[in-house]
Amino acid sequence: MSRDWEVLGETGLQFFGKMAASISHELKNVMAIINENAGLLEDLTIMAEKGMPMDPQRLKTQASRIMKQIRRGDDIIKSMNRFAHSADEPLRQADLNDSLALMCTLSGRFASMRGVTLEQEPPSTAVPIVTHPFLLQNLIWLCLDFAMGCAGAGKTVFLKAEKTEGGAKIGFSKLQDLANCEPGSFPGERETALLQALKADLIIHKDLAEMHLTFPPES
Amino acid sequence: MSEKVLLVDDEQDFLEAMATRMKDRGMEVSTTTSAADALKKVEEGAYDAVVLDLMMPEMDGLEVLKAMKEKRPELQIILLTGYATVQKGVEAMKFGAMDFIEKPADLKVLTEKIHQASAQKMVLVEKKIQEKVKRLIQEKGW
Repeated sequence: MSRDWEVLGETGLQFFGKMAASISHELKNVMAIINENAGLLEDLTIMAEKGMPMDPQRLKTQASRIMKQIRRGDDIIKSMNRFAHSADEPLRQADLNDSLALMCTLSGRFASMRGVTLEQEPPSTAVPIVTHPFLLQNLIWLCLDFAMGCAGAGKTVFLKAEKTEGGAKIGFSKLQDLANCEPGSFPGERETALLQALKADLIIHKDLAEMHLTFPPES
Repeated sequence: MSEKVLLVDDEQDFLEAMATRMKDRGMEVSTTTSAADALKKVEEGAYDAVVLDLMMPEMDGLEVLKAMKEKRPELQIILLTGYATVQKGVEAMKFGAMDFIEKPADLKVLTEKIHQASAQKMVLVEKKIQEKVKRLIQEKGW
């Protein structure tokens, strides 16, 4: 096996593990809230059995909180399912906006832990590319991880996917601390292997506090 | 005597439901979703137990734990988390956590741990008072 494939395999496995752990943590939180609210309903029932009047409004509140968490859990599972299926095919047509949105969702908890907001410009049009969806998501994650570390005091990373003459690109902007990031530390071996596999380019504009990931129409 | 508990978690809906259930069981409960606010609360008030989420935005739960123990060494802290690993548990205990519980928690188990925390804190506070009195007696030569 070539060194590139070794790096891609190792990086991909780490990425999959990191996302799976984060998803499971999110689901645990959802279950914990459902558990407490169901427990509260049980408490109210026990109190009613002992003759205490039951307030229908409280029951309604508990039921709506449980339903809210079920919707949240369902959204998490849908994202997890899309993420898991991204490894199904080595090459397929994808909308760069969708891939970016999925990665923003999956990275939400990591962003929140760092006090950073990920803001994606609402797509006005589809940005189709033929790519390896899993490798693409892995590369977007590594760039997001780096970008979050360069967000600076603004604590926001602005993201935009768009069509270009030669293919498509993702812009990461408002990286206020980009100029202070150690030169040569990014892109590293993992990012370089992914960029090569996807025939993509990463251009860092320290003066503009931006970086751009560019893709050919087909990788 | 009712136990005074501080609940710290970034999930507001979790805090509200858990706090209501604990209050229904006779505990005096304060809540916060912010690690910084939790540290402030610990400095200002004497709690029998703190139930702390390990994954807090902007500040790692273990850092919060360390900071709380520095401010109040007698404080009994129970860590609550969505993911419990042996390594994290060992680290938490090393930094002085009283216990480590995985979410979703069984309220009966948590309540029992809070009772234990309260008793443990009382022992530590009494010991501290005894040492203070002993030191005073020695200093004054009584």
